[in-house]
Amino acid sequence: MEHLLRLFVKAAFVENMALAYFLGMCSFLAVSKKVDTAVGLGVAVTFVLLVTCPLNYLLLHHVLDAGALGALHPSLATVDLGFLSFLVYIGSIAAAVQVVEMAIDRYAPRLYASLGVFLPLIAVNCAILGASLFMAERRYTLPETMSFALGSGVGWALAIVAMAAIRERLRYSDVPAGLRGLGITFLIAGLMAIGFMSFPGIRL
Amino acid sequence: MKPTTLGAHRKAARDALTEPVFEKNPIALQVLGICSALAVTTRLDTALVMSLAVGVVLCLSNVTMSLLRDVVPPSIRIIVQLTVIASLVIVIDQLLKAFAWGLSRQLSVFVGLIITNCIIMGRAEAYAMQHPPRLAFLDGLGNAAGFGLVLVAVASVRELLGAGQLLGFQVLPLVADGGWYEPNGLMVLAPAAFFLIGLLIWALRTWKPHLVEDPEV
Repeated sequence: MEHLLRLFVKAAFVENMALAYFLGMCSFLAVSKKVDTAVGLGVAVTFVLLVTCPLNYLLLHHVLDAGALGALHPSLATVDLGFLSFLVYIGSIAAAVQVVEMAIDRYAPRLYASLGVFLPLIAVNCAILGASLFMAERRYTLPETMSFALGSGVGWALAIVAMAAIRERLRYSDVPAGLRGLGITFLIAGLMAIGFMSFPGIRL
Repeated sequence: MKPTTLGAHRKAARDALTEPVFEKNPIALQVLGICSALAVTTRLDTALVMSLAVGVVLCLSNVTMSLLRDVVPPSIRIIVQLTVIASLVIVIDQLLKAFAWGLSRQLSVFVGLIITNCIIMGRAEAYAMQHPPRLAFLDGLGNAAGFGLVLVAVASVRELLGAGQLLGFQVLPLVADGGWYEPNGLMVLAPAAFFLIGLLIWALRTWKPHLVEDPEV
């Protein structure tokens, strides 16, 4: 249990998806103008991560891995479908996002309306695919995968909400013309990344 | 073909190739493909391999999507694009694993993340779906050049100032080896990538003032 908690904290702060691995940067920079949309997107990303990471874990260990298909028929025991992993992951992510989108539309129409176009875009958010790839590369177990997915999602949500809050304040400041918009956002992200770099000092 | 249309064709081709390099640079202006731009630029060799890989995938996916543009119904185009791109990336990944294992380990998950690199889907969606294969190929080439240029520029600065090296060769002799250069540790860390791209955008927009964004209201 303690081990899982440690993994959660590590994924959320020390190895923050947005600020340490630069994943999900496109929406991090584009959708961070307002706090409430940032909160909505952060929640949606966390939710999709929690669905897709375990799903891809099961696909990896029961379909793609070397010998995984042996359980189906002994003659398949030597089959290694590892090279198909990218295609399978992105397929399952796209499908999961579609299902989540339909579910939110059906049961929480107000949230659906506020998220709008950002919901389908989660399918191509690299934080989602990145989490699945990290999960595969580091050979996490299923409970570890869940804890890692939750931590990554919370960390990413935290980063984008913090960014949106700073950018809302930025409206009152006099930014040099060439830096306006994208440029200053990069510089702020850099300063935030320095802030997050103090987390590895925590002994876990 | 009449000379005027021929001229128009030439112009369209030239624009497709050269516009993305500065005027519509994918990283600095279209905000596409940022993730990998930041993550692989600690060293020049990974940045070069990454630009090359993205360039190949971008050109091929643009051509493929352009060839398919009349057959694919709009409602399923996203999943078709993802499948085409993922297949291309699998080929690149297998090639890297076979011929450059060390680099493939260093790039780690970022090869796979070319799939979700928005520059590729962005160009497929915004350009290749409406243009013939030849123009789509040129557009892919131009965007790859714009992307690679930023990557190589950022990576050169980071490797030179961070380790005194370029492509692994010692350019500035380090103090530790009896030279004069004290490496700047910040450059190899994550924040430096943000700062450098931010400053690059500032420089680009100062050079071309019509690209400056309007103040937010």
